[in-house]
Amino acid sequence: MRMISRFIRLIVLVCAWWSAAALAQQSHIGKLVGNAKPGKALYIRYCIFCHGPQGDGRGESAPYLDPKPRDFTKAVFKCRSTPSGTLPLDSDLYNTISRGVHASGMPSWKPLLPQERANLVAYVKTFSPAFQEEQPGTPVATPAEPPSSAESIKRGAALFQSMNCWSCHGKDGRGHGPSAASLTDDRGYPIVPFDFTSGRQFKCGDSDQDMFRVLVTGLDGTPMPSFASAMTADQRWDVVHYIRTLNNPKQHEVQNAANAQ
Amino acid sequence: MGIVASRRIKTLLFAVGIFVAIVRPGYGIPAFARKYGLPCSACHEAWPMLNNFGQTFKDNGYQLGNGRDAPIYQEPSYWPIMFRTTPNWHRESNNRQAVDLAPANPASGLVEAGVAKSGFDVDGVDAITAGTLYNNISFFIQPFIGNNGITVNQAWVRLDNLLGSPWLNFKMGKFELDQPLSQERLLTISNTGGIYYNYFFTPPGDRSAFQGMGNVQLGTELLGHSGNDETRYSVAVVSSNSGGTDLPTNQTYDFYLNFNQAFILPWFGRQQIGAYGYFGQVPTFFRTSGGAPIPGTGMGNRSFYRAGAYAHWYVGSQFDFDTFYMHGQDNVFLGNGVPANQPSKLPPGAVGPSWNGGYIEAHYNPNTRLIFVGRYELVRMERQANPSIRPGLGNLDTWTVGYRWYPIMSPRAGLAWLQEYSRISNIGAAPLSGKDDMRDSLLMGFDFDF
Repeated sequence: MRMISRFIRLIVLVCAWWSAAALAQQSHIGKLVGNAKPGKALYIRYCIFCHGPQGDGRGESAPYLDPKPRDFTKAVFKCRSTPSGTLPLDSDLYNTISRGVHASGMPSWKPLLPQERANLVAYVKTFSPAFQEEQPGTPVATPAEPPSSAESIKRGAALFQSMNCWSCHGKDGRGHGPSAASLTDDRGYPIVPFDFTSGRQFKCGDSDQDMFRVLVTGLDGTPMPSFASAMTADQRWDVVHYIRTLNNPKQHEVQNAANAQ
Repeated sequence: MGIVASRRIKTLLFAVGIFVAIVRPGYGIPAFARKYGLPCSACHEAWPMLNNFGQTFKDNGYQLGNGRDAPIYQEPSYWPIMFRTTPNWHRESNNRQAVDLAPANPASGLVEAGVAKSGFDVDGVDAITAGTLYNNISFFIQPFIGNNGITVNQAWVRLDNLLGSPWLNFKMGKFELDQPLSQERLLTISNTGGIYYNYFFTPPGDRSAFQGMGNVQLGTELLGHSGNDETRYSVAVVSSNSGGTDLPTNQTYDFYLNFNQAFILPWFGRQQIGAYGYFGQVPTFFRTSGGAPIPGTGMGNRSFYRAGAYAHWYVGSQFDFDTFYMHGQDNVFLGNGVPANQPSKLPPGAVGPSWNGGYIEAHYNPNTRLIFVGRYELVRMERQANPSIRPGLGNLDTWTVGYRWYPIMSPRAGLAWLQEYSRISNIGAAPLSGKDDMRDSLLMGFDFDF
């Protein structure tokens, strides 16, 4: 009887291990279920020359790219909907693949089928055991956006100063702050703060909601911290509204004049 | 067989020969791979054939849209140039060539005999520079260094995303039309397997020597596409001189339209269907000076058109095939090679010739380094221009099989080893017997660019 009991336990254990391993080979994005096996073939075709055969960001092209390709073995991702220090959702990785990362070597892979992108997510997750051992973080909330106003922008400008955003991004938002030259990412590579005057495209999405989310989650693996506890939601919206003026010189001048008064 | 028919056959074979000589293999562009750090396989199912990502990149004006497209973001030493050539060994044979019974003795009479020749060869070097002049301004320059000197195969500039819309892109210069399947990106390069015959076909005795769809053209193009590139259109107005520069033939214009729509079929992947039409005119005589034609003064224009439909079918990620249909028709004066100001020279019962054609081309791509290709193409005359021409004359069948293996495929260079075999059967076109004239090509060699 004891032997049968042990045998059943063993079977259950093996099944549990097998299920965990199988799930780790999958991704779930809405109704899409991605599988690592076809994802590997796609990775070899599209991704391997930057991210490398081991997914460590040391592909053949990596030395010539700036910023450097992501190291998937660390399971640290910039663009997430989850709190700083936690794993991203599958949909976060899917969105990054679909959108690309602006001002980097990572293009938008939207021409690939949704199923193919889901398969790639599943394969990318196999590079780090973290996806088998941990659960993704709980997505951060994005409250409804209040309308942008002169007051909101003015408050945002003040926060941009008081929170020291300017020390990296520069007082004019061009990414030339006094700390900019010394910044490195978590692998020790030099990293350049984002130039908010360069246009309406941003690394982790172009909408106000995307910018708000980055202020909450930070960009893991970079010096950009999370402001989840340092600012209230209303303050984060103010900063978003202010940053929006930085690539609009006319609005920015008007705002500076208003601030001076 | 009459002298007239024999001349027509010679004309047809000469025209096919000219097309084969004109058409050169396509290209991949490592200059783009170097710029973005991507491998050839990112944009090519197997270079030079584009995949969907590569087609989208091309339609976007050679821009990935990642904020690094303008030249200002490149190293000052970066020059977007690449070279491509294809050293090879090939064997060409013809089963029924007219030869003197006794060599070098024309008086011995003509007989049909099989003729074969083989040897090592290289047909020239493509030098391509292409990319962006600025955000949303792209360009392409392709000189070809061949046995007859340097010629400009393509040279154009394109204003991309006009008014911020992907639906408006305006191109001017010498370029390949937005074709159902690119002649410039053909996977096979042998003499008989290196062209799509439908693109170049003209019926026996026809005067037009059509090269509109297969050859590069001089003119303008308006091309647009949806954000995801699933819906595409192009409208082109080109000089009707088959890409010839310096206005050597006539002053008419041709119009080309193409539309295609992609959709996703569950389990099978992305499919694409489309329709196209090419409409134009060709002069039938010239102004003369002392009896000699004055170049560029073509007159008596008469019309022709080519139109049809096509589809790209994917069955999973490794197998796909293309289907293509064309209907062609030429004006009666073109079809009979008669100047439009001399209608009395038309033979009794003369009509505008018409025909149908098509092909199916299959690709099996088990991995990024290997692709197998097979193609069957046919043309069938529907109506001969001159009732005295035998109904089936001009019909042709071609078969091509081959593979390309890519031992090197990096963001810096690409190298392919290829082998292919191709046969064209010109039905009833043997010069003396009227039997089928068959030409075979066997080719193997390297195709590389850097």
